[in-house]
Amino acid sequence: MIDALFRILALIRKELLAILKDPRSRVSVLIPPIMQCLLFGYAASYDLTNVPYALLDHDRSASSRAYVAALDGSGAFQRVATLDSASAISGQITERHAVLAVVIPPDFERLLMAGTAAPVQVIADGRNTNTAGTAQGYVSSITEAFISHWRSEHGQQASAGVTVNTRAWYNPNFETRWNMIPSLIGTITMMMTMILTAMSVAREREAGTFEQLLVTPFRPSEIMIGKAIPSMIIGTIQATSILLVAQLWFRIPFAGSYAVLYLSLFEFLAASVGIGLFLSSIARTMQQAIIGTVVIMMPFMLLSGLTTPISNMPVALQYLTCLNPLRYAISMTRQIYLENAGISQLLPEMLALLAIAAVTLPVAAWMFRNRLG
Amino acid sequence: MSPPPLPVVLRGLAKRFVRDTSETVVALDQVSFRAEQNTLTALVGPDGAGKSTLLRILAGLVPPDAGQAEVLGLDVAAAPQAVQNRIGYMPQKFGLYEDLSVQQNLDLYADLHGVPPDQRREIYHSLLTMTALAPFTSRLAGALSGGMKQKLGLACTLVRSPDLLLLDEPTVGVDPLSRRELWDILRHLVHQQGLTVVVSTSYLDEAEFCGHTVVMHQGRVLAEGTPAEITARAAGRVFLASAANGMAARSLQAHLFRHPEVVDAVPEAGSVRVVSTSPAPPQEGLAELALQFSPTEPRFEDGFMVLFRAVAREQHSSAIVLSRPPAAPAGSISVEVRDLVRTFGSFTAVNHVSFQVKRGEIYGLLGPNGAGKSTTFRMLCGLIPATSGTLRVANADLRTARAAARARLGYVAQKFSLYGDLSVDENLDFFATAYGLRGHRKRERIDWAKEQFDLGALSSLASGSLPGGYKQRLAMAAALLHEPDILFLDEATSGADPLARREFWGRITALSEQGVTVIVTTHFMEEAEYCDRLVILDSGRALAEGSPADIRRHGQRSDGRPVTMEDAFIAIVENWRQRQEAS
Repeated sequence: MIDALFRILALIRKELLAILKDPRSRVSVLIPPIMQCLLFGYAASYDLTNVPYALLDHDRSASSRAYVAALDGSGAFQRVATLDSASAISGQITERHAVLAVVIPPDFERLLMAGTAAPVQVIADGRNTNTAGTAQGYVSSITEAFISHWRSEHGQQASAGVTVNTRAWYNPNFETRWNMIPSLIGTITMMMTMILTAMSVAREREAGTFEQLLVTPFRPSEIMIGKAIPSMIIGTIQATSILLVAQLWFRIPFAGSYAVLYLSLFEFLAASVGIGLFLSSIARTMQQAIIGTVVIMMPFMLLSGLTTPISNMPVALQYLTCLNPLRYAISMTRQIYLENAGISQLLPEMLALLAIAAVTLPVAAWMFRNRLG
Repeated sequence: MSPPPLPVVLRGLAKRFVRDTSETVVALDQVSFRAEQNTLTALVGPDGAGKSTLLRILAGLVPPDAGQAEVLGLDVAAAPQAVQNRIGYMPQKFGLYEDLSVQQNLDLYADLHGVPPDQRREIYHSLLTMTALAPFTSRLAGALSGGMKQKLGLACTLVRSPDLLLLDEPTVGVDPLSRRELWDILRHLVHQQGLTVVVSTSYLDEAEFCGHTVVMHQGRVLAEGTPAEITARAAGRVFLASAANGMAARSLQAHLFRHPEVVDAVPEAGSVRVVSTSPAPPQEGLAELALQFSPTEPRFEDGFMVLFRAVAREQHSSAIVLSRPPAAPAGSISVEVRDLVRTFGSFTAVNHVSFQVKRGEIYGLLGPNGAGKSTTFRMLCGLIPATSGTLRVANADLRTARAAARARLGYVAQKFSLYGDLSVDENLDFFATAYGLRGHRKRERIDWAKEQFDLGALSSLASGSLPGGYKQRLAMAAALLHEPDILFLDEATSGADPLARREFWGRITALSEQGVTVIVTTHFMEEAEYCDRLVILDSGRALAEGSPADIRRHGQRSDGRPVTMEDAFIAIVENWRQRQEAS
């Protein structure tokens, strides 16, 4: 027993030395997670800025000019054309000069004065669903804000007597980045630990050192533990580096408890390393290990709720996401990071991850024993 | 009209490489020689002598750093493509397409070289007849034996009818029978078809098939001349020695090889072949052994060793002393294999093989690549399961045995398989812990290993950057840290120079004298002389088993020289194949 412990410790030390001694692998363990994190932080954002739009103002009144000033001043829109006739709209949209055309009716000011609804027409480029949809939403809210402001300035009562005043909790400015970056802690570390684990066995197979290892007194389960722990250590380091980028670079305030975060991370890494080990017992070469990881990482990411809400998926796929450790990791990190969720709130996710780890690790151990050699 | 230019003229060729570890390797240094029209020239030397680099420069694949290479009258560095259009070059790993048939491979190479369709029928016919591949044109290249693959590679190289043929170690890993056939083909090409051939080899006995030999070592030309001229360097200095007290040949060999008056000593046919530094046999300090020396004819390897020892490093001590020799009683069975079978799909790699090895014996598994020796070996080590039959190693089946059983064996793989990124110390530390050594005892054993194998000065170097001979020593050191009862060595001498191979066998002999059982595979037939007993494997079958003397009795020679292990192997395989055809 004590021999086994020493053997495992020797293997862990050897694995860490192999990764950290080589300058190339040292760099490739730390730099890509940080780069990916920065890339996601800037590139993966649904927040719109400077959406090109075309204006057709039939009214040309003081009120319509004030309305256009509100649009232009919002920061979300940039006027690329001011049109004279409705026939010019289609050219602007079709040629992709503008994503939207805003049409102000001739009686805009008169209708406002009369206290009735002023029908501003928005024509959007439906080929670009996400941008167009979000931009339309922006126009509506800017319009509503403009109207209520105009009315209060002109001494009118708000028409319906009720104004909706929304406030977003946990992410007051609705910034995508606040949602995205904490999710990356799980996503990036899962990818990296899986590749690392699958590669560490495949590399030994290719170099012939795996057989050397198998003829020593190492048991398959000991090799498995000795391969799993270094990957988990590296995964924790990577998660920490992403956490630092989130707080120090993107300045996203951390609301939760580090103890809870690292506990969840440990569970999640154990579940992902199990999958990595499973892959490594199948892959004969490093190339197969890499392709295998990439192939299975894609569905894991799609079914995780990282980019698209799980509640939007077909029911069958929603059930499938329950098997995905990344789904729980993302939901947990968001809750911990932004909401300061405690263990009692995270219990469902924690139990689910525990269940996944309790399946992947023993299956990997079984595969290890039966597919070695 | 002036005579045609010489096929190969080299003047002062030099080439260096810088390894990943930023260590500079001198591959070629001041190499000059010429090959005449219509001759067979062999580049002979151990691995790392620079043979492949030289051939690659001749083929215009790498430029030399200095010096000039002229091929067929053209400067290779200036016009590599013009040279490549007229030569045939077969690298060590020839690019056969394993999923294509023999015929499709030939067609492909004919297309690549633009051989006109109207000439193909005739060319194919003569190549297929010469290589005896005609009956197999529709077989997939991947399903051919090692020897047949090399012949097909040769045919593909010859399909464009080159003016000069360059072959890089065409016989490595090929069984002795096919090796002889390949050499017959080469001689036929030179003598009947007027081709000029330059071929490299690390099998010294093959040099005798050539008209001209260039002996290389560490990038330099040690000597050149006809094989007889090289052989003559050892003339009058070669003796067969035997001890009156019946001392085993390999123990006597180990003793003599360390003697200052001895250039070379190898076991041969029950006695020891000795090359002396002078025309008299070595004497000093040997009186008590009462040795009998009888003069014998030198052969190429003797001449080679005279040249080689004049420049090679001092040999290291190959003595090795275990602090705790194996406890099992002498004469007990260490390894037992009965009716062992291993199939891969419909292919039977090992076909009902049985043998027994006693404690302290050196037991050899001999055969060409694909004979089934590696598969047998891997089953013994528990790396793959047997299809049927029983296997006992140290009274356990290693496939299912607990860790304790594996702790009693040491394993040295064919390829260097320690961790290349880790230093010598880190590797030794890791394997020591893996074998359950800790604390004071671990330090003691690591110090022992570093001292025995002369690794002390290299302890902090990455093991992957060690020179070849030291890698081999480190692998042995790691396998002996825990003082195993049984040592498994898989092709441990392939890629080692002749001196390193003799040192290696010196250590193995010392270990076996202390009671360690050694199982070894090799494709160097002459190394069988170091074994107590051996089994000859071919196509998965054990064709003969016994002591080297028993095996040698199967062979015969018409020229009156003593029968070598290779003669015996060829006789055994041919015999078996004839019986197969008869039944």
